[in-house]
Amino acid sequence: MRKEDLETVIGLEVHVELATKSKIFCSCSTEFGAPPNTHVCPICLGLPGVLPVLNKKALEYAVRAALALNCEIAPFSKFDRKNYFYPDLPKAYQISQYDQPLAYGGYVDIEVNGEKRRIRIKRVHLEEDAGKLLHAGDDIAGAATSLVDFNRSGVPLIEIVSEPDIRSPEEARLYLMKLKTILEYLGVSDCKMEEGSLRCDANLSVRPRGAKELGTKTEIKNMNSFRAVFKGLEYEERRQKEALAAGEEIVQETRHWDENRSVTVSMRGKEEAHDYRYFPDPDLVPLIIDRAWVEEIRRSLPELPDARRERFQREYGLPAYDAEVLTASRTLADFYDECVRLFPDPKAVSNFVMSEVLRLLNAEGKDIVDTPLTPQHLAKLLGLVKEGTISGKIAKDVFEEVFKTGRDPAEIVKERGLVQISDEGELARIVDEVLAANPAVVADYRGGKEKAFTFLVGQVMKATRGKANPALVNKLLKEKLS
Amino acid sequence: MKISMAEVEHVARLARLELTPEEKEKFTHQLNDILEFAAKLQAIDTEGVPPTSHVLNLKNVWREDEVHDWLTQEEALANAPAAADGCFQVPRIIEE
Repeated sequence: MRKEDLETVIGLEVHVELATKSKIFCSCSTEFGAPPNTHVCPICLGLPGVLPVLNKKALEYAVRAALALNCEIAPFSKFDRKNYFYPDLPKAYQISQYDQPLAYGGYVDIEVNGEKRRIRIKRVHLEEDAGKLLHAGDDIAGAATSLVDFNRSGVPLIEIVSEPDIRSPEEARLYLMKLKTILEYLGVSDCKMEEGSLRCDANLSVRPRGAKELGTKTEIKNMNSFRAVFKGLEYEERRQKEALAAGEEIVQETRHWDENRSVTVSMRGKEEAHDYRYFPDPDLVPLIIDRAWVEEIRRSLPELPDARRERFQREYGLPAYDAEVLTASRTLADFYDECVRLFPDPKAVSNFVMSEVLRLLNAEGKDIVDTPLTPQHLAKLLGLVKEGTISGKIAKDVFEEVFKTGRDPAEIVKERGLVQISDEGELARIVDEVLAANPAVVADYRGGKEKAFTFLVGQVMKATRGKANPALVNKLLKEKLS
Repeated sequence: MKISMAEVEHVARLARLELTPEEKEKFTHQLNDILEFAAKLQAIDTEGVPPTSHVLNLKNVWREDEVHDWLTQEEALANAPAAADGCFQVPRIIEE
């Protein structure tokens, strides 16, 4: 089998922590980063004799996410116990959902090389997160130990399982980005991969192109960033294709992505452990969700990324690319919408946001809401350019200060004396001076050297410290040189 | 329905139980007796009866999303056989 004749099949299991205040089955805080074992109680520590009670908000968020992912909400669903031993799981079972998940049968559309691809979603279910294992060094006695912090134990999760519809690591990355964007729009999770509030496991197999049956799959874990998902899957895809091309067989197993070495490594001994002996949790009664409530949640869904992108193209006349970039995060899209409301020139706002605003946001790794910049600032700044008070170039300098300090752009312009020189008499005088100081260049221009003109414009700008009205400078120079 | 000794060993391993050869023998018999007894239920006609997952006639029990503190770190760790740095201390898990 040649490598070129093989196609890749990927399915993703994405775990998302829901942004509730309290845990899924108890009233402990879900706050991230607290000192270890300070948000715990008998329920999430798995002490005997306790009774878990479902957090209604967690259920609502799960329904909200499932609806946005075009799923059906099950008329009947229940919680099950998934039994296994691990020190981060104090009850020795995880409360999850097995054969009757909350929601099923949805999809997410992604765009790959300008083409729409639909990734079907098999199911969305609710479950609890486990605690966190910290691997400490050897202690004084020389015995190696691990430390367990149960603050995360019982934080609500949804697991979103895709069908094996993904055909490349790049599609996997795009699908994951799309999920993240949708969930952020919904406000059901902060989706921070670096804090573990969005985690992704993948199943990957390869098969002869066009084959109906799936090849033997491996499960890849520990991909903790979008880049790791892409790199890990790319590695695993290559490994499997090379193995098959060499006539070897793929072993069904769990593999661990090793970020430092950029390889996936087999985790032996896990194969036989996949016997979780699920059974219904007798402590948690079934969910028979009121359809009216589901419809109420459906009506409360915000405008989702795809719809918003289309609206930006339609309503603001933006190119597809601009609309895509501006709607990639809800906060940025909100910011843009508000700017356009205040300064109704969509293209001018888009140009400035896509160049200057995003440049500084990316440089500082910040979200727009974490900066002092407001839509009012940007609208005012663009207004100053439009009415000719400052040049576009000066606007960029002023913007940097607004972005850092949140000060009023007009005030900065006034204080730093940046008001554009549009007084024709004053500019004419400066132009004359520049021409007089550069006779050789003037001669060059008259001799047909076009570039000499640009130099002269630059000299006028220099003389005015960038404040000269560029259109006026051009006009005056042309007049005087003709 | 017959359960084999291999299955008893498998279930024992999943439950982290160490059984002697005599116990394996004994539990294989006992489990078979239990399963045989339960098999009598199969004789009942359940046509049109929905499966029961819960015996309580309750549904949709939930609480509001409110935070209440419960234990301090000290209290949480009070019964831990070993603790360090505010954490429960356990033998290192070896990922083979």
